[in-house]
Amino acid sequence: MASLAAWFLVYGQLVPFSRWLTYDLLGLARGSHLGDAVEFFAYDTPKVLLLLTLVVFGVGLLRSFVTVEWTRRVLAGKRESVGNVLAALLGVVTPFCSCSAVPLFIGFVTAGIPLGVTFSFLIAAPMVNEIALILLYGLLGWKVAALYFVTGIAVAVVAGFVIGRLRMERHVEDWVLKIRAGEAHVAEAMSWKGRVRYALESVRDIVGRVWKFMVVGIAVGAGIHGWVPEGQLAGIMGSEAWWSVPLSVLIGIPMYSNAAGVIPVVEALLAKGAALGTVLAFMMSVIALSLPEMVILRKVLRPRLIAVFIGVVGAGILLVGWLFNVVVA
Amino acid sequence: MKLIQVLGPGCAKCTEAARIAAEAVAESGVEAKVEKVEDIQKIMEFGVFSTPAVVVDGKVKVVGRVPSKKDVAAWLAEA
Repeated sequence: MASLAAWFLVYGQLVPFSRWLTYDLLGLARGSHLGDAVEFFAYDTPKVLLLLTLVVFGVGLLRSFVTVEWTRRVLAGKRESVGNVLAALLGVVTPFCSCSAVPLFIGFVTAGIPLGVTFSFLIAAPMVNEIALILLYGLLGWKVAALYFVTGIAVAVVAGFVIGRLRMERHVEDWVLKIRAGEAHVAEAMSWKGRVRYALESVRDIVGRVWKFMVVGIAVGAGIHGWVPEGQLAGIMGSEAWWSVPLSVLIGIPMYSNAAGVIPVVEALLAKGAALGTVLAFMMSVIALSLPEMVILRKVLRPRLIAVFIGVVGAGILLVGWLFNVVVA
Repeated sequence: MKLIQVLGPGCAKCTEAARIAAEAVAESGVEAKVEKVEDIQKIMEFGVFSTPAVVVDGKVKVVGRVPSKKDVAAWLAEA
């Protein structure tokens, strides 16, 4: 409670603090390139760190209620369509790391969850994540964050549904179907003290891992904010250049980064005049389609199914990119 | 002699879980063996679908996260 009050107190002081630091303490001139950049950096870094800590803590608490075993049970009885939507939403809140994609995949398949529903989960889990959401909110406002959330879920639902319709079950490796899973282990309910501890651990783990990416990213953003003239990138990444959307999806696939590293770049691109749809497509492609995850999934899926997976998700991201470029422009 | 099994297909967090378990055993002085289980079929038989997971004498103690040293020490102290 006390730390929550302290959080709001500090958060409210950020604007005066960044001005005081830049203009009074460092004595930089108002409106100068360096002054603009430093003020941006001094304001954004603590702001994003504070937001991140709060959100990761909140999500940590939420996740202490949700386990993969529980999600598996919820999805087990569901048909397609309803199952796809549910799976995509649960993909956002279920604690999941791509390194345990294989046991999760097998767990879902052995529970009789349809392949398409499983894919909705596997697409949404990395694509719509809380760090991306909070960074977008902090740096670009709630509208962009909301757009990202809704379209991310939509791509996961539709792509999973399409994969289900394509009847790809025979492209799952044979050994997977022979696996006999034991009775699912049901964890004992955690105490509230345990949940708070779990949430604090996730704050330490996640914030400890991503803060460096963020600071570097915000520094790049600050440099652009101060020096690069507006509209620089409009020609190649603007909404008129239709081919820039597929190009950014292609460039995004081999790139592998967490959301914390991508979003400051996203902000930098937008500031230079790139179109929102193009940038959103790039970001989704980087975090949802990653080569390391494909290599992991290759253990359970045949190449054909991997290709369909990349194709369908890539097509979904393309449509999102074009849609935004048309609607926003 | 207790048996601690760390389930996980060799990801970073699974290695960390195994290290913490081994350290907790060394510090507690309880006689226990720490074993890594990487075979998917065996992991599935425990009904575990998210890794890392830790099993003590055949009972699943934690799933999907790295336990703290204190957690492991408490399991070791149980009968």
